[in-house]
Amino acid sequence: MSVQSEAAPAHRPTIAALSPRDRLARAAPFLLVPVLVLLGFALIGSVPTWLTLTVSGLAMGMMIFIMASGLTLVFGLMDVINFGHGAFISVGAFVGISVLAALGDWTGAASLGLNMAAVLAAVMAAMAATGALGWGFERVLVRPVYGAHLRQILVTVGGLIVIEQMIHVVWGPDEIFLTRPEMLKGATLFLGAAIETYRLLAVAVGLVLFVAMRLVLRRTRIGLIVRAGVQNGEMVEALGYRLRLVFIGTFVAGSALAGLGGVMWGLYQEVITAGMGEQMMILVFIVVIIGGLGSVEGAFIGALMVGLLQNYVAFLAPKLALVSNIGLMTVILMWRPEGMLPVVRAK
Amino acid sequence: MAEPMLRLDGVQTDIGRYHILSGVDLEVPRGEVTMLLGRNGVGKTTTLRTIMGHWRAKAGRVLFDGQDIAKVPTPAIARMGVGFVPEDMGIFSDLTVEENMTLAAVSGPLAPARRDRIFAAFPPLAAFWRAPAGTLSGGQKQMLSIARAMAEERRLYLIDEPTKGLAPAIVSTMAQALRELKAEGASMLLVEQNFAVARALGDRAAVMEGGRVIWTGAMAELANDAALQERLMGLSVEGA
Ligand SMILES: Nc1ncnc2c1ncn2[C@@H]1O[C@H](COP(=O)(O)OP(=O)(O)OP(=O)(O)O)[C@@H](O)[C@H]1O
Ligand SMILES: [Mg+2]
Repeated sequence: MSVQSEAAPAHRPTIAALSPRDRLARAAPFLLVPVLVLLGFALIGSVPTWLTLTVSGLAMGMMIFIMASGLTLVFGLMDVINFGHGAFISVGAFVGISVLAALGDWTGAASLGLNMAAVLAAVMAAMAATGALGWGFERVLVRPVYGAHLRQILVTVGGLIVIEQMIHVVWGPDEIFLTRPEMLKGATLFLGAAIETYRLLAVAVGLVLFVAMRLVLRRTRIGLIVRAGVQNGEMVEALGYRLRLVFIGTFVAGSALAGLGGVMWGLYQEVITAGMGEQMMILVFIVVIIGGLGSVEGAFIGALMVGLLQNYVAFLAPKLALVSNIGLMTVILMWRPEGMLPVVRAK
Repeated sequence: MAEPMLRLDGVQTDIGRYHILSGVDLEVPRGEVTMLLGRNGVGKTTTLRTIMGHWRAKAGRVLFDGQDIAKVPTPAIARMGVGFVPEDMGIFSDLTVEENMTLAAVSGPLAPARRDRIFAAFPPLAAFWRAPAGTLSGGQKQMLSIARAMAEERRLYLIDEPTKGLAPAIVSTMAQALRELKAEGASMLLVEQNFAVARALGDRAAVMEGGRVIWTGAMAELANDAALQERLMGLSVEGA
């Protein structure tokens, strides 16, 4: 599947040198996360507090990224605005948590192996369910409204409401409280800060997923087709690739990832509700927009910034917590109206 | 006479409410270069896009090697062996030159022999192989767009204004590459505004006006008849 050519061309590739200024402009978004972390340190002052908030912000950011990654590609590929994405988050959480509840013996045991096996089973079930749901959603609701944004919004919001109601029917109207598997409950002491094990796990999962997505997008033909399709779908078809199939595949994968995000978020909050996906969508949309529509890297950076900022502000100025993300979006869009890492698109 | 590689029979295409093609009849014989000429806005690009299936003909037939492809999906048309160079070049700017070429070779990895041939025809592509295609100059992008069409053996090339906006030195690079393709016996439908290039490359010519083909004949005949050119295209190319 590798697309790296075996032999480098005989001619030495010379890449036009960029001026330091251009280089900085390109790298700037990647520097924002470390800058934000340092700024947080300067304002917070205490190492343990700062470390706790940073890990918690990164964990939250990773989970938002997992939920947002599919949505940004779906938008980039077919210009589809899917407000129903939040439904996959909720369904994923309910399916996953039900599986965990059924595997009570495994989650209750003080064995990391059994605990992780239970979480894995929950995640697989949630992703299978939301992937299948995404497939049906695309076929029944999204396909008839290609190219019509207003109708997309109406139809996908309708789908969201219907799916939320179905959750009420299947799992009842109340929120469900849960406890994490035994070995994921504790915390590790580090530099005087108590770092929750589960947050570290969330950060690790998010990182692995980001790296894996990048590899797929850069090193495989299907990844190249997706990236090319975001820029110029018509030309991708003129080269012989069926953009529709690529889009459906991306939609299903994105829905499954939303399901994964839902399970992780549920375990993080230790409570799930039918409306949890809808609530997360505000942050998810902010991330997709400030990252640059269609850009997975942009969504990643955006998600980490949103997660960190939310945690820092909640500590430093709790009253501003609600507006901090809108503020972030405003500032980023004033700086780069198309988002931090806009994809160059034809049309 | 052998079935032409491509034949359009009374093709009509609307874009939105506008009738753009009003019955195009056109033949592209095998192994020959057919120039599609005409003033601006007469429907040359629309004709190529209709053949590719980007616009759908509402009437008429598009016969590729005898098979009607008027309703065949664009990717399937491409995989029948049609190499397309759109007027806007269709470069994937965020992908490297190499990645653009990788995608263009639909049926497998880009053959090394082909790659070397492309490097020989267009040396800048070798120099910028690993660079984002968006950093190429306009002329280099045009080279990449044609190189993509050459990434595989094609049965038909559809090329829309390969010399548009290029400096004279690059125009001759482009013309040379197309001449080599032609020497291999490629069938081509080529839109070209540069009459000198058109006369050097074309075997046959089809001239459009108002959404239909109003004249077809040997390129040499058109090239040697200034009055005819004046009448068909409103241009006089003394000394071109
Ligand atoms: N997307 C579109 N929407 C509406 N009208 C269009 C569109 N594309 C082309 N047209 C119209 O169709 C007609 C033919 O355009 P076309 O691009 O096929 O001409 P052309 O012969 O390729 O011209 P040029 O030499 O300038 O490239 C023009 O009148 C143009 O305005
Ligand atoms: Mg044109």
